[in-house]
Amino acid sequence: MEVQRRRFLFGAAGITAVSLAGCLGSSVADAPSELGELTVGVTTSTYDSGLLDILHSAFESTYGVTIRSVAGGTGETIARGKRGDVDVVMAHARSLEDEFIQSGHGINRRDFTYGDFVVAGPPDDPAGVADADTASEAFARIAATESTFLSRGDNSGTHVKERAIWNDSEALPAGEWYTEAGLGMGQTLIQAGQRGAYLLSVRGNYIDLQDRLDLQLFVDGPVTDGDPMLDNPYGVIVVNPARHDVDYELGMLYVGFLTGTEGQAIIDEYTINGQQVFYPDGLSADPNFDQYIPSTES
Amino acid sequence: MIETAFVGLSGADYLFDAIVLFADLPFERGYIESIIRVSLSVSLTAVVLSTLVGLPVALTVGFTEFPGKRLVVALINTGMGLPSVVVGLLVLFAVSNQGPLGSLNLVFTREAMVISQFVLATPVVTGVSLAAVTSVDDGLRDAAYAMGGTRLDVALATISEARAGIVTAVLAGLGRAISEVGSVLIVGGNIVRADGSSVTRTLTTAIQLEARQGRFEIALLLGGVLVALVLVINGLVLRLGGRRY
Repeated sequence: MEVQRRRFLFGAAGITAVSLAGCLGSSVADAPSELGELTVGVTTSTYDSGLLDILHSAFESTYGVTIRSVAGGTGETIARGKRGDVDVVMAHARSLEDEFIQSGHGINRRDFTYGDFVVAGPPDDPAGVADADTASEAFARIAATESTFLSRGDNSGTHVKERAIWNDSEALPAGEWYTEAGLGMGQTLIQAGQRGAYLLSVRGNYIDLQDRLDLQLFVDGPVTDGDPMLDNPYGVIVVNPARHDVDYELGMLYVGFLTGTEGQAIIDEYTINGQQVFYPDGLSADPNFDQYIPSTES
Repeated sequence: MIETAFVGLSGADYLFDAIVLFADLPFERGYIESIIRVSLSVSLTAVVLSTLVGLPVALTVGFTEFPGKRLVVALINTGMGLPSVVVGLLVLFAVSNQGPLGSLNLVFTREAMVISQFVLATPVVTGVSLAAVTSVDDGLRDAAYAMGGTRLDVALATISEARAGIVTAVLAGLGRAISEVGSVLIVGGNIVRADGSSVTRTLTTAIQLEARQGRFEIALLLGGVLVALVLVINGLVLRLGGRRY
């Protein structure tokens, strides 16, 4: 009995040691910043592109505030804001942003950057969209020829834009040719390349991956004087401190940094594969009331 | 106890060197190390807690007869199949700012990740341990009582006899915890500081992130790191157990 008990205790001690070592590691790594932490819900497109790494490093070294970025699609990020789990929300779907503000969960919206979307598809172009002038026209032809289309299908900003274009094209995105990936932008691009499907993509992600994709760009957005409907403005909104237990002051500091001269300069200098995909629009000499006020039409 | 952690981490070091031979990783060594550290600390803590809860439950259920015992066993075995995304959502609603535990500010922390992995691993540890202790011959326990052993002695004798199965239970629980991605992604948020040190990013959520960006090769390499890590832990635990299986 004695021997068995000893063996048991030895085994138990081993397990405890391993776990204590684990806890030890965690307490060492968890030294919080003295000046506080800010939790920001960000879009996958800005996060995956690497732009936020640079912006957030600069913010942290200027103010000594640690940023915790939680990346997700716009729909998911706004849901996090509505629960008060993040202090600031970054988004690129104006209709969802407006609803967030109108429901009282978000305040002080600012524009801070914009890019655009592109329509891409298989190089042999079975739907014949190469000479389409607008995204709506391209979508209508894709539907008419029942060419395979791959949607994000995740209520992200890109998905919201895609539905708006379908609406505008008056074509019905239904049938076996219309598929939903339920994945992030990068995975959706790769799947579309492999399946020879058309898709709507954020330009930055497309440029990031284009060398590895068997896809061709067919409809440009406004950045290269293409279809103005493919504009992709990003907004930043602070979660309402009257509704949620959030760090409002640090949140406003973050918004100030993003829309101030330093943050805007970082955005302007950022490139992917040598191409600029994000443009600053947080600073303007002329009034830009639209950015603050939810527009009822969208 | 620090030594144990070092064995794991230096093993990871060798692994990292080996990986660098095959591929150019687009990030710093410290990044990978901090991810491994978070993965290990969260999953090991969760599994130790699961064992502390699951093993006594398994012994109690295994040694006593009571009405509804079949139902309890069925519930434990069902718990082994809980979808991790569902557990993640339930834990999120509990720890979210608006949830019942909202005042503790646990959302997007490692503590929340420990809670969800604990929920996932406990039924596994309990269920497999239960199978192990019930398979111990009744004669052994009778003999232990006959020799004048106390209840504790009898329990220890049984644990000792079922040791192989219990070790398997703990390792199965660890496998469940360290390999799941659904719940830690939801309650942890996959957060890394701007200086590249992980707050709540684990190997599995890092794999998910690389896959989302279409970098499948790097995702697979990180998968290799995870498997190697589990292998190292298995080796360590079996050695601590002091018996060859």
